[in-house]
Amino acid sequence: MTVRDRAFHRYSGASTARRWRFLVLFRYAWKDVFSARLVTAVYALSFAPILVAATIVYLRHNLPALAAMELEVAEIIAVEGDFFNIMLRCQGIFLLVLTALVGPGLVSPDLANNGLPLYLCRPFSRTEYVLGKLSVLAVLGSTVTWLPLLLLTAFQGSVESGWMAGHWHVAGAVFLGSWAWILVLALLALALSAWVRWRLLAAAMLFATLFVASGLAEFVNQLFRTHYGDLLSPGKLIFAVWEAMLFGADAPMVDVPPLAAWLGLAAFCGFCLLVLNRKLRAYEVVR
Amino acid sequence: MNPDDPSAAAPVIELDGLEVRLGRRTILRGLSGALTGRCLGLLGPNGAGKTTLLHTLLGFHRPSAGTARIFGHDVVGEIDAVRGVVGYMPENDAFVANMSAVRLVRLMGELSGLPAAAALERAHEALFYVGLGEARYRDIGTYSQGMKQLVKLAQALVHGPRLLLLDEPTNALDPPARERMLRHVQEIRDSGEAHIVLSSHLLRDVERCCDEVLILKDGRIVAYRNLAAERSADRKFLELELRGETGGFLDALRGLGAECALAPRRGRNRVKMVLPEGLEVAHLYREAAEREVQIRRLSYKRDSLEEIFLAAMEEGETQTLAGGAAADGEPHDPGGAA
Repeated sequence: MTVRDRAFHRYSGASTARRWRFLVLFRYAWKDVFSARLVTAVYALSFAPILVAATIVYLRHNLPALAAMELEVAEIIAVEGDFFNIMLRCQGIFLLVLTALVGPGLVSPDLANNGLPLYLCRPFSRTEYVLGKLSVLAVLGSTVTWLPLLLLTAFQGSVESGWMAGHWHVAGAVFLGSWAWILVLALLALALSAWVRWRLLAAAMLFATLFVASGLAEFVNQLFRTHYGDLLSPGKLIFAVWEAMLFGADAPMVDVPPLAAWLGLAAFCGFCLLVLNRKLRAYEVVR
Repeated sequence: MNPDDPSAAAPVIELDGLEVRLGRRTILRGLSGALTGRCLGLLGPNGAGKTTLLHTLLGFHRPSAGTARIFGHDVVGEIDAVRGVVGYMPENDAFVANMSAVRLVRLMGELSGLPAAAALERAHEALFYVGLGEARYRDIGTYSQGMKQLVKLAQALVHGPRLLLLDEPTNALDPPARERMLRHVQEIRDSGEAHIVLSSHLLRDVERCCDEVLILKDGRIVAYRNLAAERSADRKFLELELRGETGGFLDALRGLGAECALAPRRGRNRVKMVLPEGLEVAHLYREAAEREVQIRRLSYKRDSLEEIFLAAMEEGETQTLAGGAAADGEPHDPGGAA
């Protein structure tokens, strides 16, 4: 088939590898991620806390600079578990905002105009579709969470000899904790946008789900005088997971056992996958 | 059909007792048959199961019994192989919002396995081919209904499939757009590069494009007709109205191998005849002129698809009431009724 000939011809060239075909979706979606100025602005802003944290690390190990600013080392927060807990929470909030801005736009446009049959009538499965869309949020989330935080950890390790040897668990907590939150938010965003098929509503519901779940958890805690109501709130569960990994048995605010928190998050992800499995079909069968 | 194609003689679609249940409803009931034609028309009233059959061939619905194969690939066990050789044009609006036509078609090409550069090239070609070359950078959301149909056709063609499944391709099109769509279908059919399954309830579209017709009713095959064979057979079947001394004329034609029968009607000399291979209508005029016989009227007698369809619908009702000769799934030819 050529533009000049205007005739139909079969394709007889090479084919791409099937196993990486989901990355086609990633490539197309990634090009659109920063088309909205708001996303670009929030993304740029998400690096501000990292810069502040890097400055703190730098100042703690630069006495002349501290002296010039008339500050004492004791006045600056220690680069320990608390420091990284604050950083995780801070970057986690940015991740939530970015996921709400980007996530619904990945699936809703396909579903709003029955575009899914066009994807699924090809050698391309629903799993690959979800994987392709998920990878956008995973890469985006990685660049604002564990990647800069691991760099920060490495920076601290490089300026304070011996620090790294005693703080390997911090790097592990940053990596695993970030991935857990990325996965929870990404699956929730995709499931909600597959369900409501309307970008703005899905974004609003993402926030609403987390806040309502948090309120519900608090209500259950008060009503039954327990802490297990936190199992209903993904936000509280991820805080519990982060603190358990950063502080171990000395975790200051953990009410839910770490294992229960992990299982709660896994159940939440499983529920989102169930919704995706039900909603992401070429055609819905009305029974 | 491409003579170099080893699959030319092999069945394009094979159905063996195919049954599909959606919820508690049985939509397709024991369909069987092997279809080899270049362009197959799927006919049937609304709710007959045409779209469900296409969806099952694409693996969207799992058969509850029986099997279906496309180019020998099972639609359950080898669905990737099936989808790799099939292009599908859905019935309803199907596009991705906020995306230009060229981007959508390129994306679909890449998802079908084409490398990025080849997909881009073929996306441009496909859009030019369907007549959207000048509008290919526009957002599909701004397209007219006819243009959206053409984009759906372009995305079905971009990866150069061996089989095109077109579900109601002329739906909601104005006459010029419908004409353009049917011309594309005919061109693709005549190119011999792809087989086509055309699902429609518009008899004229199917009659114009297809060489085989499968008529469904209530999830059953109620008729299968090879239109191409019938056309070539009917072409030799003539009805003449003559004036003058016809005896010598008919004897001369019999001498040339034609089968002739007088069928006088209202005092006019009417003759029905079947021409043998090699005998053309021009021979008739020559013989008539030599014997000073006037041919006042000459017509080809051929069953229209409408007659076939209506006969099949009546037949289907009878079969349903009687327990159904087609219930066993064998393609049923209501030849006598047509």
